[in-house]
Amino acid sequence: MKMHRSITDPAALEALRRELMAEGQAAGASVSVCCGTGCRASGALEVVEAFKQGLAARELPVKVNTRMTGCHGFCEQGPLVVLEPGNIFYCRVQAADVEEIISRTIVEGQPVERLLYLDSASGRRILREENVPFYRGQERLLLAHNGRIEPASLADYLAVGGYAALAKALTEMTPEQVIAEIKVSGLRGRGGGGFPTALKWEICRRAEGTTKYVVCNADEGDPGCFQDRSLLEGNPHSVLEGMLIGAYAVGAEAGYVYVRHEYPLAIAHLSGAINEAREYGLLGRGILGTGFNFELKISRGGGAFVCGEETALISSIEGITGEPNPRPRPPYPAVQGLWGCPTVINNVKTWATVPPIINKGGQWFAATGTAGSKGTMIFSLTGKVNNTGLVEVPMGITLREIVFNLGGGIRGGKKIKAVQTGGPAGGCIPEALLDLPLDYEQLTEAGSMMGSGGLIVMDETTCMVDLARYFLSFTQDESCGKCTPCREGGAQLLHLLEKITKGQGAEEDLELIAALSAAMQDSSLCALGKLAPNPVLTTLRFFRDEYLAHIVEKRCPAGVCRSLIRYVIDSSACTGCGRCRRACPAGAVQGTKKEPHLIDQEKCTRCGACLEACRFAAVLVN
Amino acid sequence: MGIDLEKVDRIIEKYGNDATLCLELLQEINGTFRYLPREALVRVAEKNRTPLSQLYAMATFYKSFNLTPRGEHEVCVCMGTACHVRGAPRILERAEEILGIRAGETSADGKYTLQTVNCLGACALGPLVTVDGQYHGKLNTARVEKLLRRSPDEDAQEHN
Ligand SMILES: Cc1cc2nc3c(=O)[nH]c(=O)nc-3n(C[C@H](O)[C@H](O)[C@H](O)COP(=O)(O)O)c2cc1C
Ligand code: FES
Repeated sequence: MKMHRSITDPAALEALRRELMAEGQAAGASVSVCCGTGCRASGALEVVEAFKQGLAARELPVKVNTRMTGCHGFCEQGPLVVLEPGNIFYCRVQAADVEEIISRTIVEGQPVERLLYLDSASGRRILREENVPFYRGQERLLLAHNGRIEPASLADYLAVGGYAALAKALTEMTPEQVIAEIKVSGLRGRGGGGFPTALKWEICRRAEGTTKYVVCNADEGDPGCFQDRSLLEGNPHSVLEGMLIGAYAVGAEAGYVYVRHEYPLAIAHLSGAINEAREYGLLGRGILGTGFNFELKISRGGGAFVCGEETALISSIEGITGEPNPRPRPPYPAVQGLWGCPTVINNVKTWATVPPIINKGGQWFAATGTAGSKGTMIFSLTGKVNNTGLVEVPMGITLREIVFNLGGGIRGGKKIKAVQTGGPAGGCIPEALLDLPLDYEQLTEAGSMMGSGGLIVMDETTCMVDLARYFLSFTQDESCGKCTPCREGGAQLLHLLEKITKGQGAEEDLELIAALSAAMQDSSLCALGKLAPNPVLTTLRFFRDEYLAHIVEKRCPAGVCRSLIRYVIDSSACTGCGRCRRACPAGAVQGTKKEPHLIDQEKCTRCGACLEACRFAAVLVN
Repeated sequence: MGIDLEKVDRIIEKYGNDATLCLELLQEINGTFRYLPREALVRVAEKNRTPLSQLYAMATFYKSFNLTPRGEHEVCVCMGTACHVRGAPRILERAEEILGIRAGETSADGKYTLQTVNCLGACALGPLVTVDGQYHGKLNTARVEKLLRRSPDEDAQEHN
């Protein structure tokens, strides 16, 4: 339907919604192709094109809509296609499969077996999306509509109940009541710190000043996390609606969304949503016929991790002040933020949680979760696990449930070693603690943190010392250099870890690491430096023996640290197929066809290409 | 090397002298010229009455800027955590060998620039590389080899 009017009041909004819903129910069938960044990378746009052409070329009894939806979260199996009626779920669909889907499923009503999800545990194919184990264990509140709507389409968002919460807040609630409802919900910030959202809003509302701002933090600097991208890309209106409600609650008339520049699609969809909202009067002056005014702008980040930190983010939006470094707090941004005005900064997920809370009530939201952590959390499950992607689960679920039920266990039947949570500032949770209920308190107690919800699964072939070194090199690289503990302490810590991974470490180094870490935690200016030692400290706490193996035995048990390993060929397993010889970029593998090969240790650079190439498990790491 | 200052002027005009848009202004210049030419920065400094030092501070602080011209094709290897545990360091090393340049460098013939990034947001498909903005996921060293050896230019050369 072409919408043609400005939405001037709540009654008009409801009338339009009813029309859109009726129209949606009347539509015969639909093909939804996931067009998030992940599925695009696997060829989703070609699939959409093939459906459009294939459907246009046929006379079908019902009209079939092809819809480009947002990210479904199961990126690994992409491109994903969902067919209605029936919620039939196809994985890894390529353009070449489309003809068959149209003739078998749309015309004849039969599934295409080979495209259905294969459950490795039972060996069976699964027909519907909701029965796939990866989705079955989820409770999707924020991600509920991602796979159902065209991301930047206001009509689609309205049809799933969009902007009802805004109408309710503006016409039935005072700003204080909105804040009170959020307080009842127990919502805590999803950007890392877990600060109570209502409290932040309350401080800002009470702060002196007539000009106030709301800001959405979509910098998503934590490598390995993509839930903010998925939400902004897949359902930008939900973030916008949350910000409108927040602005009303704190008394702000302008806002910014700070998006990292690595997310071009998210920026495109968000600008589309903003433009459409403005066109229909949901942004601008006198929104929904009330006295509430609000304008929203996008600010593009420049690829600096520290800009995710709220005070640095503020100076980055403000523009030129040289480098946007963090500043000491207090004063907190809620009192003194953008251009010195009271400013609420919340994460993408925090904002997107606001509309459902207003719609269904704080009590409803608080019914899910643990004592201190309410509602659901979106985790990005990656690493050495079978099913990777975004999982939205109730707070308090255990890591074991996520990794083994939703994630389908470890790849290649290997043994799980640890799960890294909280990104570069977080820590490693060892196998023994997998039954820990996931919430803010428990994770902090285990020396890690919730962070923005990254879960990186590691198996026996991940070296924990190398991982700590990796995180340190990351934080060191991203340190803005303003304060000494972070700049110099980080460099020294990294140096020590490099020494150990090269087999040049000494046992005293471990004490030095502890002392340096303590100094950084105590005296760094912002959380980047304060938290940077976390990955080192948690791995030292739970995997001390692995550090000692590197230091004392000069051995890397996981077979990762190059100075400490050798690749050799097991002559009894080698068939002499020559794959490793051809794969070796250094020309270190020698041998004649059908005879066991040998690796010249002088020439070998330990790149591991032979290991990857071998099909007979004949390449061993010592 | 002279650059088309008119282009710079048009961009400056588009964003005006608004501090909040300065990052975007520089991003557009960086996108237009494939780097931030010194002349362009000087022009922005003059027109917007901004100290050149501050523009340089921004240009060196944010990862998305380049101070030297980028190659025709941009290869970007994700070094994020999810990609790291699935072998990103080996992917980068292989890319460096194939292209004959280190991360951050541009090949002498101006064809390739090799860069690293902290995360591309498609972590489920790691390890991941983008070539001219196109994502290539689930890589191993053999696939990187194929990907980089079969660049559009080399394809063209083979046909000649
Ligand atoms: C170094 C550093 C990086 C951060 N990066 C992000 C980020 O990428 N996204 C985010 O939402 N919060 C990030 N934060 C947390 C923010 O400072 C801030 O606490 C958060 O945006 C508040 O929103 P919330 O209350 O909704 O969590 C970062 C903090 C630090 C210290
Ligand atoms: S870690 Fe590589 S895409 Fe996120």
